[in-house]
Amino acid sequence: MTTEAPGRALKLEPIKSIKKAPKEEYFESGHRTCQGCLSSLPMRLMAKAAGPRTIVLGTTGCMYVANTTYMSTPWVVPWMHTQLGAAGSSAIGTAAGLKSLMRKGKMKDEPINVIAFCGDGGGADMGLSAISAALTDIEYNLLIFLYDNESYANTDIQTSGQTPWGAVTTFSPPGKKHRIMQRRWKKNVPGMLAAGHPDTRYIASGTPAVPVDMMDKVRAALSAGGPTYMHVLDPCPKGWHYDPEHSTELGKLAIETGIYPLYEIKDGVLNFTGKTKQLALGRRRKPVREYLEKQGRFAHFKNQDYAYFQKKVDEMWEQWIIPCVVAFSYGGPINITTEEPKVRNNNVKRENASWIGEPGHAHEEHEGVSDMPNEPWRDDNELDEYPNALPSMGQ
Amino acid sequence: MTISKPLGRQTEKLTTGTQAVAQAVKLADVDVMAAYPIRPYDGVMQAVAKLIADGELDAEYIVAESEHSQFEICKHASAVGSRVFVGSSGVGWMYAMESNAVTPSLRLPVVAMIGNRALDDPGAFGVEHNDAMAVRDLGWLLFWVEDAQECFDATLMAYRVGEDKRVFLPVGLGVDGAFITHSQTLIKIPDQETVNEFLPPYDLGERLLHPDNPISIAPQANEDWVMEIRKQTDDAAKRVKGVIREAHDDFRRLFGRGGDNPFFEEYMTEDAEYVLFGMGSLGLPAKVMVRRLRDRGEKVGFVRLKWFRPFPDEELAEVLGRFRAVGVVDRDYAYGSPQHGGVLFTDLRAALYDAERRPRVVNFIGGLGGRELTPEMMDEMAYITKRAAAGETVPTVSWIGVRE
Repeated sequence: MTTEAPGRALKLEPIKSIKKAPKEEYFESGHRTCQGCLSSLPMRLMAKAAGPRTIVLGTTGCMYVANTTYMSTPWVVPWMHTQLGAAGSSAIGTAAGLKSLMRKGKMKDEPINVIAFCGDGGGADMGLSAISAALTDIEYNLLIFLYDNESYANTDIQTSGQTPWGAVTTFSPPGKKHRIMQRRWKKNVPGMLAAGHPDTRYIASGTPAVPVDMMDKVRAALSAGGPTYMHVLDPCPKGWHYDPEHSTELGKLAIETGIYPLYEIKDGVLNFTGKTKQLALGRRRKPVREYLEKQGRFAHFKNQDYAYFQKKVDEMWEQWIIPCVVAFSYGGPINITTEEPKVRNNNVKRENASWIGEPGHAHEEHEGVSDMPNEPWRDDNELDEYPNALPSMGQ
Repeated sequence: MTISKPLGRQTEKLTTGTQAVAQAVKLADVDVMAAYPIRPYDGVMQAVAKLIADGELDAEYIVAESEHSQFEICKHASAVGSRVFVGSSGVGWMYAMESNAVTPSLRLPVVAMIGNRALDDPGAFGVEHNDAMAVRDLGWLLFWVEDAQECFDATLMAYRVGEDKRVFLPVGLGVDGAFITHSQTLIKIPDQETVNEFLPPYDLGERLLHPDNPISIAPQANEDWVMEIRKQTDDAAKRVKGVIREAHDDFRRLFGRGGDNPFFEEYMTEDAEYVLFGMGSLGLPAKVMVRRLRDRGEKVGFVRLKWFRPFPDEELAEVLGRFRAVGVVDRDYAYGSPQHGGVLFTDLRAALYDAERRPRVVNFIGGLGGRELTPEMMDEMAYITKRAAAGETVPTVSWIGVRE
């Protein structure tokens, strides 16, 4: 099958184990993030997984202000700042620019990864509509990488749409009258994006606390073709109030308590990964209290607060039609079975596409670069003589 | 709906202002465009969409979900070396303001058409210049066109000047909503070869964002370096006038039009004692007024500013110093400004302060929200300016055509 080359996705193999990860670093020393920062680690892992033929766009946030200082930038790959709400639009602009130049012969034709990262404030709050738009524009290969440290951490820890219920931030301090000032349940961003963007070929959640899983998801996203999204939970010692040595432990506890699920949705097929897969198979979830009481931001919690939090997490697992992913269930009679999910895309191997299938990824094995046509409509010439369909269009 | 007749190496075409910009976008071989609807600019995006659909232009055409994204998309496409075109109007342009504010600092030559529109509320889609003027201090170059032909010409000029490596600044084309965006006139369109001679390919050089050139753009600089970076942009802004002069000379040589002066147009000013001064579609009623008053023996003229940024201060001081009085017509407002005058008035008075011969400068605010500025209103402004020229006491600032 032939197609226009511009816009091809680079095909990257899964890493599989930390020892097999590439030794080359594309996110080096020079950043100024806090000790124990699990938001700078995914930058390093993401750059390592993506490799040198990559352009990174970074929105305003910790990973800009603390991470990319003039004259001491850690980025080895080309990097550009973008506005707080512009992860989606910066990625589209960069990918469209490259694609047009390659198609028109103004630039060497080759696959180049485009990754735009944003924090939870920039992505889940301000930039959500631009990310949504980017995920519908299937002509462009790009990855939106949301690092979620559950607050506006760079500006002194303020509540974001990703701050957990009840957490203390500088905008939600406990007081004499109100113990709980943050009363909003955390937005389910990857689930929302997956549910609303059926043409997006890859959406995943990860955490640097499980680094190989996260890197392999970056590679799967970049190899999928089209726009993709990754949500990454990053424990934050400053914002969550804990000793920096516990960062990784907290990331793992978020998964084991069932508060934060690990999964990937490839071509419309969901697979839980890592420990979340075991929870989906019936392994007992740890009580949320084990996770919450290790963090100072929940130190004001009383028993009823823990109970409420546990109840909400139990709902995610027991009442959502797809646990932790799709936040509703059936209201009326409907004949549906989840035993054998339908495989929407024939390119996905059926044995990997199962709901609780093999660990890792449902993406195809590929050598080099895919020549799958992304845009069949680009070839149509039959409309050359098509008249102006809307005569009144002339303003 | 086109009437084409070859004229030397040029084709004649009946177009609106927005369609004229689209023709220039096509000949400039723009690579990436982002569209979002708002009147009255959006006719240009309808026109380029049709050019792409018909295969006359090869470009990425992205329908954004907001003006903010529209301008961010083009900013970033520009950073990887593609020539971009974008635009908006009124509050849409203001919605993109964050992006508009940083684009000059990034030194990216984004070209935007601003179909000038009132900043509603209250709802109004007619012309006012406050939308585009909101970026006047930020490093945008701003050109106000008079008609569809100048829409076409100024678009090519915008790419030529903005992409010059001594400049690298974004350019905004102020196009009066309705009066120019939606009015058809015959324009002359040059052939591709001549356009290519005028407009070299866009080349960011060592500032290209590409894996072969792994630079970091706009890192966190803070007080350590921001001042030096601002000064570099200031230096670039100072170089623009020279670049405009060069481009204007080439434009006249290749396309055979453009007038003597690259920055403003003088109309019947040779022996004038007083003139009106303004921008945009105002030119038409102003010229009608000048001709009618000249028939009655009045020594009146008109000066139409084309480049508002950079502001041609010295050039204007030299020319306007010949007159006894200048009546500045502002299609904008600047509440609480010196004398409560308009933006153009305040800028012009600042430009004339050091001049050896300073005319009296009075101000007229009119045509807001798309209200027509008629030749009769221009007569009224000319009369007040004439009285100012004669040394009579007149209001410094007058609102024209306001119902009591």
